[in-house]
Amino acid sequence: MADAASIGLWTVPLAVLGGAIRVSTPFLFVSLGECITERSGRINLGLEGTLVMGAMCAYGTSYLTGSPWLGVLAAGFAGALLGALHAAICGLPRVNDIAVGIALMLFGTGLAFFLGKPLIEPTAAHLPSIEFGWWSDIPQVKAALRINVLFLIGVALAPILVWALRTTRWGMLVRTAGESADAARAMGYSVNAIRMRATMLGGFFAGIGGSFLSLFYPGSWNEGLSSGQGVTAVALVIFARWDPKLCLAASLLFGGAAALGPALQSVGVTSGYYLFNAAPYLLTLLIMIITCSPKRTLTGAPAELSITR
Amino acid sequence: MATTTGSTGFRQGLGHRLGEASEYIVIPALALIAALGLFGLFVALFGKNPLDLYFYMYQGAFGTWFSWQNTLTRAAPLILTALCTALPAQLGMVIIGGEGALLIGALTATGAALALQSASPLVVQVGMACAGMIGGGLWIVLSGALRQYRGVNETISSLLLVYIALAVLNHLVEGPMRDPSSLNKPSTREIGAVNMIGTIPGTDIHWGLVFGIIAAVLAYVLIFHTTFGFAARVAGGNLRAAKIVGLGVGKLILITCFLAGAAAGLAGMVEVAAVQGRTNANLAVGYGFTGILVAFLARHNPLAVIPVAILLGGISASGGLLQRRLGLPDASVLVLQGLIFVCVLASDTLYGRLGNILKGRS
Repeated sequence: MADAASIGLWTVPLAVLGGAIRVSTPFLFVSLGECITERSGRINLGLEGTLVMGAMCAYGTSYLTGSPWLGVLAAGFAGALLGALHAAICGLPRVNDIAVGIALMLFGTGLAFFLGKPLIEPTAAHLPSIEFGWWSDIPQVKAALRINVLFLIGVALAPILVWALRTTRWGMLVRTAGESADAARAMGYSVNAIRMRATMLGGFFAGIGGSFLSLFYPGSWNEGLSSGQGVTAVALVIFARWDPKLCLAASLLFGGAAALGPALQSVGVTSGYYLFNAAPYLLTLLIMIITCSPKRTLTGAPAELSITR
Repeated sequence: MATTTGSTGFRQGLGHRLGEASEYIVIPALALIAALGLFGLFVALFGKNPLDLYFYMYQGAFGTWFSWQNTLTRAAPLILTALCTALPAQLGMVIIGGEGALLIGALTATGAALALQSASPLVVQVGMACAGMIGGGLWIVLSGALRQYRGVNETISSLLLVYIALAVLNHLVEGPMRDPSSLNKPSTREIGAVNMIGTIPGTDIHWGLVFGIIAAVLAYVLIFHTTFGFAARVAGGNLRAAKIVGLGVGKLILITCFLAGAAAGLAGMVEVAAVQGRTNANLAVGYGFTGILVAFLARHNPLAVIPVAILLGGISASGGLLQRRLGLPDASVLVLQGLIFVCVLASDTLYGRLGNILKGRS
C-alpha cells in the first residue's frame, strides 16, 4: 500500500485534479442551465436556491425509494418548478428579474431547510461512479479518477447544447428572444413562452447539479451543503461568454480552485485553510474584473440581458 | 391577470393622486396578506391549523411586552442592513452584500475594541462604531468601484463578497485573532463587559435600535432633502441625463456605497457590542439577507425601513414560539420571508394599474 510520501509533491496536483472533476459537477450543471436561460434574455439569480432545493429533493427521494436516479429526476423537476415560478413572475410587466432571483434564492433555501429537516439523520443511496483508476496501484490516483456518472453526462451535455443552440429551431428561437424580443414577436412567437421554457430547463439542470451535492459529494443532506456554488456558477456564465463549451472549461477551473484548500490540507498545509475556501469566489471576482469593461458590452452577451446593460 | 384598458382619463383630479399615494400602502399590504395566506396553506399541508399559526405569530411578535422587546432587538440590525440595499437603490444599483459588510464591520469593530482596551469605555465604543462603519463601508465600496470602473455587475460582486467575508472571518477567528481559551467555538477575545453598549433603561432592548433609527432618519434626510440625494436620484432615474448635466456619477456611486456599507458595518458593531461581546461565526445568522427583503418591502425608502424592519423582526422573533407550540422547523420563518419577498416583487406589476385591474373585475 503506497502512502502519501511515496508520490511526494504529486499529491497536491493529483488531489486538485481529482477535486476539479469531483467538485465541478454542480458548477457545470448550474452554469449550463443558466447559459440557456441567459441566452433567452433573462437572468435567474435564484439558482442558488434551486441547487439547495435539488439537493434536498434528491436526497429525500433517494432515501424513500432507494433509487438515486429517481432522486436526480425529482431534483430536476423541483428545479424546473422553481424555474417556472421565476419565469411566471418575471413575465408580468415591470417586474425586475434580478430581484425575483434574489427572492427565489431565499425562498428555495428556506423551503429546502424546512422540508429537509427530517433528512439530516438518515442515509440515502448514493450515485454510482466509475473507477477509471483501476490500472494504478496508488490510492491517490484511484481516488482522483473515481468519476461520477453525472459528471460524464454533464461533459456530454456541453457540446450537445452548443449544437442545439446553433442549429436547431429551438436554439434559434432562444437566441432570437435573447437578442431581440421585438424580432421574436414580429415572427409571431411569444417571448414569455420561449423564456419560460428556457428558464424551466435552466432550473432542471440546476436541480440536477444539486442532486450531485447530496448524493455524491459531499454526499449527505445538511443546511451548509451549498455555500454560494449556485451564485458562483451564475457568474461563471459571464466568464464563459454564454458558451456551453467554455462553461465546461470554467467549471473545471472552479472545481480545481475549490479543491485547492482540502488538497493542501491533506499534505499538512493547514494555515490559511479558510482563505483557500474563498478561492472560487475570489477567482470569480478576479475573472469578472479582468473580463468586464465599462466601455463596451461583453462579446457574446445576449442583447436583452439586463445584467450587461 | 386581466389586462384592462379601463379609462380613467377624465377623473385625474385629487382622487387619482390620492389613489397613487395610497398604492404605496395598499399594494405592499396586499402582498403581505397574500404571503401570509400562502404560508397558512403551506402549514395546513403539514396538518397545522393556520389560525393557530397566525395567533402564535402575533403572540410571538407583538403579543406581550417580552415579545415586543425581542422583536425590537431583532429589528435593530435589520434597519441598518436594509439601508445597505436601500441607499444604492436610489442610484439604480442592486446591492445584496449587506451580510458581508456586517461581518467585516463586526471584525473591524472587535479589532478596534481589543486595540483600545485600556481606554475609557466611551472611547472604546466610539472607536468600535467608527471602525465598524469604515470596515463595512470600504467592503461595499469595492462593489461600487468595480461597477463604476470595471463594469462588473454589483449584485453578483456584492454577493461573492459575502462568501469572501465569511472566509476572512473564519480565517481570523481560527488563526490570528483566536482567543486560545475558546475551544469548541473559535472566537476572538471578548471586548469586556464595561465596553458593551448596554440596554435602553427600563427595557431589554439594546441601544442598537436607536442607532438604527438615527441612521434611517439621516439617510432619509440625505436622500430627500439634500442636493447630494437629489443628484443620486437623478442618476438613478436616468444615468445618461445625469452625465449630460455633469453630475459626477462615479463620486455619487462611491459615496453612496460607502454609506450603505457603513450602515451594515454598524449593524455588525452593534451585534458585537450589544449582543455577542466577541466575534465568531454566530454573527452570520442572515440579518444581511433579511435586510434585503426589508429594503424591497419598504420600496427603498429609509423611513419606511423602520416599520418594515420591526414587522420582519417580529416574524423572526415568532419563530421560536412556532417551533415550541406548533412543532414547525426553525426554517419556517425563512419560508415565510421567501414567500413575502416573492409576493412583494410580483406585486410590482400592480403599480399604476391597481385601479384599472380592480375596475376591470367589477
